[in-house]
Amino acid sequence: MDKMPAWADAILVPLISILLAAILSALVILAIGEDPIEAVKLMVTGALGSSYGWGFTLYYATNFLFTGLAFAVASHAGLFNIGSEGQAMIGGLGVAIICLFIPWTHWALALPAAILGAAALGALWAQIPGWLQAKRGSHIVITTIMFNFIAAAVLNYVLVNILRPEGSMDPATAKFPEGAHLPTLHEILAPIGINFSKAAPANVSLFVALLACVGVWVLIWRTKLGYEIRALGHSESASRYAGIPPTKIVVIAMLISGGLAGCMAINNVMGEAERLVLTATEGAGFIGIAVALMGRNHPVGIFFAAILFGFLYQGGAELALWTSIPRELILVIQALVILFTGALDNMVRMPLERVFLALRRRDAS
Amino acid sequence: MTPPAIELKGISKAFGPVQANKNISIRVAPSTIHGIVGENGAGKSTLMSILYGFYAADSGEVWINGTQTAIPDSQAAISAGIGMVFQHFKLVENFTVLENIILGAEEGSLLRPSLAKARKVLADLAHEYELNVDPDAKIEEIGVGMQQRVEILKALYRQADILILDEPTGVLTPAEADQLFRILARLRDEGKTIILITHKLREIMEITDEVSVMRRGEMVATVKTAETSPEQLAELMVGRKVLLRVDKAPAKPGNDVLHVQDLRVIDGLGVERLRGVSLSVKAGEILGLAGVAGNGQSELLEVLGGVCPATGALSVNGTALPLSGPGADGRARRAAGVAHVPEDRQRDGLIMDYTAWENMIFGYHGDQGRIMKNAAIETSCQASMDRFDVRPPNARLAAKNFSGGNQQKIVLAREIERNPDVLLIGQPTRGVDIGAIEFIHKQIIALRDAGKAILLVSVELDEIMALSDRIAVMFDGQIMGERLPGETDETELGLMMAGISEGREVAHG
Repeated sequence: MDKMPAWADAILVPLISILLAAILSALVILAIGEDPIEAVKLMVTGALGSSYGWGFTLYYATNFLFTGLAFAVASHAGLFNIGSEGQAMIGGLGVAIICLFIPWTHWALALPAAILGAAALGALWAQIPGWLQAKRGSHIVITTIMFNFIAAAVLNYVLVNILRPEGSMDPATAKFPEGAHLPTLHEILAPIGINFSKAAPANVSLFVALLACVGVWVLIWRTKLGYEIRALGHSESASRYAGIPPTKIVVIAMLISGGLAGCMAINNVMGEAERLVLTATEGAGFIGIAVALMGRNHPVGIFFAAILFGFLYQGGAELALWTSIPRELILVIQALVILFTGALDNMVRMPLERVFLALRRRDAS
Repeated sequence: MTPPAIELKGISKAFGPVQANKNISIRVAPSTIHGIVGENGAGKSTLMSILYGFYAADSGEVWINGTQTAIPDSQAAISAGIGMVFQHFKLVENFTVLENIILGAEEGSLLRPSLAKARKVLADLAHEYELNVDPDAKIEEIGVGMQQRVEILKALYRQADILILDEPTGVLTPAEADQLFRILARLRDEGKTIILITHKLREIMEITDEVSVMRRGEMVATVKTAETSPEQLAELMVGRKVLLRVDKAPAKPGNDVLHVQDLRVIDGLGVERLRGVSLSVKAGEILGLAGVAGNGQSELLEVLGGVCPATGALSVNGTALPLSGPGADGRARRAAGVAHVPEDRQRDGLIMDYTAWENMIFGYHGDQGRIMKNAAIETSCQASMDRFDVRPPNARLAAKNFSGGNQQKIVLAREIERNPDVLLIGQPTRGVDIGAIEFIHKQIIALRDAGKAILLVSVELDEIMALSDRIAVMFDGQIMGERLPGETDETELGLMMAGISEGREVAHG
């Protein structure tokens, strides 16, 4: 019998974890002589108090949606893909190539092509560790970490030696042409009379990410492939018995995972920077792991977790801007959230389970 | 009158909403062998875990030799003179016998004095109880029967007067089991008290002086073994009359359906697990494959089920099937009419986190389109669960939440309802309670009578004897020979299982 109701598992556990992380963060802020209540206020107004703030929160959330979904798909197959960072970098390369070398006339044409380019290169980058895992048994955690470094080096090389416009001292590509410009939320919402901040980077990619959420949900819980992916994730031995080819499923799951991670590039490269820079991913690949863990590898959970981390990112940036709380402290807060929602999950879960068991026993007697 | 060696008074223990032990009282007289029987989940293991200090009872008292004793942990149990031999041995594989014996009972920081002492004690014990083992052999080099002796010696070395054995014969050949019983009788005669937990009624009848029966967490009866019968014990265990014998008409075998020639499997370590196995099963018959676990039966089932590659030849209904490469997987086998109930249903047969309905198509999910028809699967699963009397009949419950017997019924329902030509079935009733055993046996017989070829692998010789129309015995990756159930007995099969056939011993490979 399940120890506690599903809603408690899905909502109560992460909520309490976040609360604990918040309390601890407050203590840290107190310790450096700042006012935690003031800090929270600033974070909330900064991230959610204006369409400008929301624009950034949603922009970050879009990144985390892609990388969170990427991690979740691999995770369902029992694979710990921590290479989203590298896959997103290489995905960025795909976007840059598509946007720079094809003279697009309209974003509606450029976007699908860019998605394909980003997904293809991201998938390729995830594919190599996936294949090594499936065929050679090389541990995917090790190889994907390595591939993050290799991706950074490849990106560096390509930007410096190949894609850098002549005369530029900046290791970045030229600005993408106008035809590849993705509409921002401001541009999308203006025609229907909503005045969304012009300066915020949130763009049409958000909707692609939301579609990806739906897609992943269908894939995992409604398709035969998803059934096989989950089966392999639960038990390789049983999968062999059932005639599910583990090698093939590992390869496919990593393709999908890498493709999703690569797609992040349509948001940060095509939608925001409109050129490819060295530091485009900014650690979003790693945040994706926390997002997926917190969201229980379910698209709905990932959606809320991505918003939360978007909020932390944007609110944190505001905090660093307007107070003397150093930027590093924002990292501490994010780390605490990850620690509590991801690593220390059982610390909250087990006492909670006991509470529910005790409640049930009292009901029974 | 001497006080009982162990007396439990009103022991209760609950795990969450599950009441594992309800107000259990039992008296075990000194120098006796006391059996405890009960179905899986009846609470036997919980009770013994309380006695050995793994769990604290919610209420109740433990009295040892007439004094009330608190047993908060296993250390306390050991000092109270209780020793436990677990079903799964707790030995360090690459340590010697001697090193295992002193493990946790070392004296001082240097090993040598402890080892020397243990060697002497061991020699005394060997002399006293005829418990001979080579003290310098490594555990991984000696057989399971010997390993079990080491476990018993470990307890005796810690001066146990009360020995608890949990399902001790599960891994033994009949001959090894007889040997164990002789040792136990000897220990009893020397004044030790022994508690034997088992589900094999035959063993209870053979060796115990008294027997206690548990059902659903309660102690339903304690009787003198001499004054009871297997039928009565089974009835007490289940709570209703149980048919211990399998009712079946003589087989009407048809054509060869499953045909296997010279199967060979070499495992990852380079050991040849199957060494040229040939057999055939006809339509409408059950071929029982007897043998001690680990002699190649598991590999044979896996090869036939498409789980593991092999060399040799396999045909079903006259059509040759590949044994390696593409087309040699479980999916292809199922398509060829071979259904497979694996030996370990929790590891292989089910995804424990999947719901019943998800499991009901496991392996047959290839029939689905890209998008699965979840609602339809659930409906048909519900019907199958009703037909196979799966309890609770809830298709949305995860497999891990069903009891062992009901998990097995889910697997059987899945494999049998596809109307296969060949059914491979491994350990059909392992960890299944008596009531469900009867049902499962009936289903297997019914499938045979429907003209299917059935290959049955079981480590329970009784089950092989009861169900099979022909019996083949496996030893060391080979078929030792075939017998008809009416023309053989356990002694002969037991010898064959130990590799001795018609006076000659097969060389180890």
